[in-house]
Amino acid sequence: MTPTPTSRLLPRDLLRLGALGLRTRRMRAALSVLGIAIGIAALVAVVGISESSRSDLLNQLDSLGTNLLSVAPGQSFAGGEATLPDTARPMIGRITPVREVSEVANLDTTVRRTDYVDENETGGIQVTAVEPGLLETVSGTVAAGTFITPANGAFESVVLGSVAAERLGITDVGTRVYIGNRWFTVVGILEELPLAGDLDRSALVGFPAATRHFGFGERPDTSKIYLRTDPGQVNQVRDVLAATANPDDPSSVDVSRPSDVLEARAAADDALTALFLGLGLVALLVGGIGVANVMVIAVLERRQEIGLRRALGATTRHVGGQFLTESLIMAGLGGLLGVVLGIGVSVAYAAVSGSGILIPAYAPLGGLVAAIGIGAVAGLYPALRAARLSPTDALRGA
Amino acid sequence: MSTPTLELRGVRKVYPGGVEALRGIDLRIDRGELTAIVGPSGSGKTTLLHVMSTLDRPSAGTVMVDGEDASALSEERLAGLRSRRIGFVFQQFFLIDGISAVENVATGLLYHGIPSGERIARATEALDHVGLGHRLDHVPAKLSGGERQRVAIARAIVGRPAIVFADEPTGNLDSRVGTEVMGLLRTLNREGTTMCVITHDRDLADSLPRRVQVRDGQIVGDRRS
Ligand SMILES: Nc1ncnc2c1ncn2[C@@H]1O[C@H](COP(=O)(O)OP(=O)(O)OP(=O)(O)O)[C@@H](O)[C@H]1O
Ligand SMILES: [Mg+2]
Repeated sequence: MTPTPTSRLLPRDLLRLGALGLRTRRMRAALSVLGIAIGIAALVAVVGISESSRSDLLNQLDSLGTNLLSVAPGQSFAGGEATLPDTARPMIGRITPVREVSEVANLDTTVRRTDYVDENETGGIQVTAVEPGLLETVSGTVAAGTFITPANGAFESVVLGSVAAERLGITDVGTRVYIGNRWFTVVGILEELPLAGDLDRSALVGFPAATRHFGFGERPDTSKIYLRTDPGQVNQVRDVLAATANPDDPSSVDVSRPSDVLEARAAADDALTALFLGLGLVALLVGGIGVANVMVIAVLERRQEIGLRRALGATTRHVGGQFLTESLIMAGLGGLLGVVLGIGVSVAYAAVSGSGILIPAYAPLGGLVAAIGIGAVAGLYPALRAARLSPTDALRGA
Repeated sequence: MSTPTLELRGVRKVYPGGVEALRGIDLRIDRGELTAIVGPSGSGKTTLLHVMSTLDRPSAGTVMVDGEDASALSEERLAGLRSRRIGFVFQQFFLIDGISAVENVATGLLYHGIPSGERIARATEALDHVGLGHRLDHVPAKLSGGERQRVAIARAIVGRPAIVFADEPTGNLDSRVGTEVMGLLRTLNREGTTMCVITHDRDLADSLPRRVQVRDGQIVGDRRS
């Protein structure tokens, strides 16, 4: 007599059995799937949104360059406001890796829409003398018109920073504004300057005009010097800048790297990302507990089915596998749905905020793996209970 | 003499707690027999069924199914033995909700590891055979009690087992339908299926060719007519 063959369950049939359990309990399964989906969607969307905005920021940094440095007078040793010596600009220009230098000087005057406006209502707008090369040095662009040039800088021409133009209510070049006690013609309006935010709130005039009308015969004092260095030698230049600008009192010189602020913003998003990732994980945990709960109830309710299957030749492993598969399918569906939802939310966010979309592959893949892992953990205990149930108890317990 | 389909020798079953449900059962069932196991409530019939059908192991003694010693087999192999050699019919039918009659019958072949197309084909044949060829796609909820038990019987025979055990197969049916179901079992037996029917119903037992009487875990009578 040949020995009896062992029981076998085809993998395809195992999948079918897992799906069957869900098909006959749709509402409950759907709720658990939804729980997992919300958790995964939160994770994917958080990663998608923060990575997209971070990559936007980094792209912007890339195009702006991280080799811009600025030098400004800080507090003097005595405690008063320091000034930069007249030698600062030419000395800085002599540092070898420095490629471009441009200085600005804040003028003690105001800009107004007309001469009827009170002189004290400055609207927070600073009038600043600039050199023609400044726009390129700070990677700025004009929204309309031109920047200060050697030609127009000698006359009553003004270029408005983006905030200044908005506050004055000026959208077109050719308009006239009142600076000090003189009419100037707006020749240009700037886009926002991410690396030189002060200048957004400024009305910019040429040094020759500034000297003639507001400097009482002298060139006005330097307020800030912007410079571009070789990208590889930013730190070396930074280290010698203060002493170069003011050899007598280097500690009174403020040196900064404007791109650091943008980088800090990209890094700050990391903290927020961690917070939302945490929240997503909590949602996922709740979803996982939901799946485990549904599976424990399923095992209790389906004792007779378990007994029947054992009578029909199922091994303990077949029974355990069936319930584990059910849990994995539920979690897997939740994961898929969550990934789709999460990508959808990221795309919608990008469309609304006008940023680019960057969803790193680890987000959807990690989401799916996490969901399936949760399904395995949530299904393990119920599956073991189902497998350990004695067939005679299962069949008797009617 | 040919191999007995089922043979029990000195089988005892003591439940944890000390209840001695079977106290030394010797029983031999040959191919083609239709045996009733009859006895009052609590006499040990269901326990005997569980041990004979290898769902439970005896505390002592041996159980041979189709010449194979069940006590020597691992759980894995016992499962294989049940899937190939043994069919079950239960009082409560135990059909799976949400799948059709033919799929329920095909479940009887699920653990043979054969593809679903072949299972369905053989299940369709088996349902035809029990007179339910017109109910293939009905779910259990849409079947009458008698129809449900016929589906369960088809599921028990679809794998051509060496022996079919039926525990109170008419217990949940009214007497007319119960008689029909017994008629079906008798027909299947005439066609070659070895069958063992557990019942507490004396009249039903008396209508079968062999009657084994159980009382207090012992066989107290074994008559053939
Ligand atoms: N799991 C168990 N643990 C302990 N004792 C049990 C268990 N199952 C059955 N028994 C006891 O074993 C004896 C035989 O029970 P069994 O169910 O086999 O009887 P039965 O003949 O099938 O009765 P019925 O006709 O009422 O179904 C009874 O005394 C019962 O209480
Ligand atoms: Mg019983």
